[in-house]
Amino acid sequence: MGFCLEVTGDYACFTRPEMKVERVSYDVITPSAARAIFEAVLWKPAIEWHIHKIEVLKPIRWVSIRRNEVGAVLPVGNINKAMKGGALPALYVEDARQQRAGLFLKNVAYRLHGSFSLTKNAGDSDNVGKFVEMFKRRAKKGQCFNQPYLGCREFSCDFRLIEELENENSTIEESRALGWMLYDMDYQQSNNPMPLFFNAVMNNGVIDVPEKQSDEVRG
Amino acid sequence: MGLNNRYEFVLLFDVKDGNPNGDPDAGNLPRMDAETGMGLVTDVCLKRKVRNFVQMTQTDNANRKIFVREKAILNNMIDESHEQEGVKDKEKGDKTEAAKNWMCKNYYDVRTFGAVMSTGKNAGQVRGPIQMTFSRSIDPVVASEHTITRMAVTTSKEAEAQSGENRTMGRKFTVPYGLYRCHGFISAHLAKQTGFDEDDLELFWQSLMQMFDHDRSASRGEMSARGLYVFKHSNALGHAPATVLLDRVQVQRKEECDIARNFNDYQVEIDDSNLPEGIELIKLLG
Repeated sequence: MGFCLEVTGDYACFTRPEMKVERVSYDVITPSAARAIFEAVLWKPAIEWHIHKIEVLKPIRWVSIRRNEVGAVLPVGNINKAMKGGALPALYVEDARQQRAGLFLKNVAYRLHGSFSLTKNAGDSDNVGKFVEMFKRRAKKGQCFNQPYLGCREFSCDFRLIEELENENSTIEESRALGWMLYDMDYQQSNNPMPLFFNAVMNNGVIDVPEKQSDEVRG
Repeated sequence: MGLNNRYEFVLLFDVKDGNPNGDPDAGNLPRMDAETGMGLVTDVCLKRKVRNFVQMTQTDNANRKIFVREKAILNNMIDESHEQEGVKDKEKGDKTEAAKNWMCKNYYDVRTFGAVMSTGKNAGQVRGPIQMTFSRSIDPVVASEHTITRMAVTTSKEAEAQSGENRTMGRKFTVPYGLYRCHGFISAHLAKQTGFDEDDLELFWQSLMQMFDHDRSASRGEMSARGLYVFKHSNALGHAPATVLLDRVQVQRKEECDIARNFNDYQVEIDDSNLPEGIELIKLLG
C-alpha cells in the first residue's frame, strides 16, 4: 500500500556527507530524509518505510547562511564522574565556538511516495491494515509524533496527505543527473551504520528511487 | 513526567534601532534574506537567549542547570573544573543510557532542546521536544550603517601614528524597526523521552516572554516580545496540521502606514473562530 505526502518548507538542508563541516545540501531530498518524514508521522518497530519516488515541485534554489556553532561533544566519562559526585559537566560556547556556513535549499516542495512493510519485529497483533489506517488517519489530520523536518530540525516542514494525484501541482520541467547521492544508512550493525548510495537522476522533476536490495544501491 | 499535549506556537518580537542577529558572513550586518529583504533571526539565536534566561533565573534550581553555557554571564560561577577526558571510556549499553537520563534530569537545555553526547565511537544523542524555526520579519528590513568614534586607541603604536590624536572609528549596524515572527513546535512524545514536564513548559513560556528583557546590550537596541500565541492540542498526537493553526495568526502592516517604526503600525489578527475540535488557543502575550 503506497502513500503520498506533499511536504513544503522555507529552507532545507540534506547534508552531503563529503561536505558536512560547512554543510552543503544535496540538490533534492534524500530517500533517507524522506523516510524520516514518514516516520515522524507513524513508525513502530513492526514496520519499515521504503521510498519509491520523489517529485520535485519547485525550482532548486540556494541560500548561504553562516552561524555560530559548537564544535565539541561531551565525553560520557564526564557524566559518569559527575554522577559519582564529581564536577558538573558544562560546555562553554566561547571555548568551542566554530563559525560554519551552510549552503541550504530555499523554498522547497516535494511529493514523496512511500510504502511500508512489516519487519521481523511484528507481533501477532500487527497487520498491514492496522498501520495503513493509522497512517492515513494521522496524516489526514496533521497528526505526527514530532513535527517532520527537511534535513535539520530548524527547517520544519508542512505535510499533507495526497490521496488523488489529479489536480495536484505539476513537477518542475527539469532533467538533471544528480550524481551519487546518499540512499540511506544501513543499520544492520547498529554500532557501525554504513552509508548506501545510488545514482540519482531527475527526469522532468521526478526521481525514481531504486529498492534498497537492488544492484543500483551500493554500499 | 512528560507532557500530554502537543503544542505549536507563534512568537512575535520586535527590534527598534538594534541588530537582533548579526550575520558573520556579512560583517555582522543584520541577517537578511537576500532575495526578499526580509530580516532573519536564526533558531539558535533564540535558543541561546532561552538558555541564558534559565541560567540566570534558575540558579537555585538543581535540576535546571544549563549545559551549553555562555561565559559572559558566568563570571560569578566558579565552576571551572571542566575536565577534558584524556582516555576515552569504553562503557556501553546500560551505562550510556543511564548517563543520558542523568543529563536529562539535571539539565534544562538538554531535556528541552536535546544535546549530542559522545559515547566512545557512537554519539549518544538526545532529541528534545522543542523545535524552533528561523524567525522572519513581516516586512523587508533595511540595515542602517552608523559610523561611530571612540576617543581613545588601544595601543601606543596607534597613538604615535595619529600623533596623539587618539581617535578610532568603528561601525555598527541597526535595523530601524523590524517585527519578527517565529514558529515553534513541541512534541509530547519527545517530551516523554526526555522528561520535559509541565513546569518546564511553564518556564519555557516565561523565558520566551521575558528573555529579551534580560539580554540588553549595545548592539541589540530595544527588543521586546510582542505576542505569544499557543495552540494546545488535547492529546499528544495532535488534531490538526501545524500550518493550518499557525496561519490563524495573521500579522499585517496597517494600511495607512507606509513605513513601520512601531509595533502599533502593525495589526495582529487572530482567527479563533471554529477552532478544530481538540484545539485550544492560549494567548499568553498580546
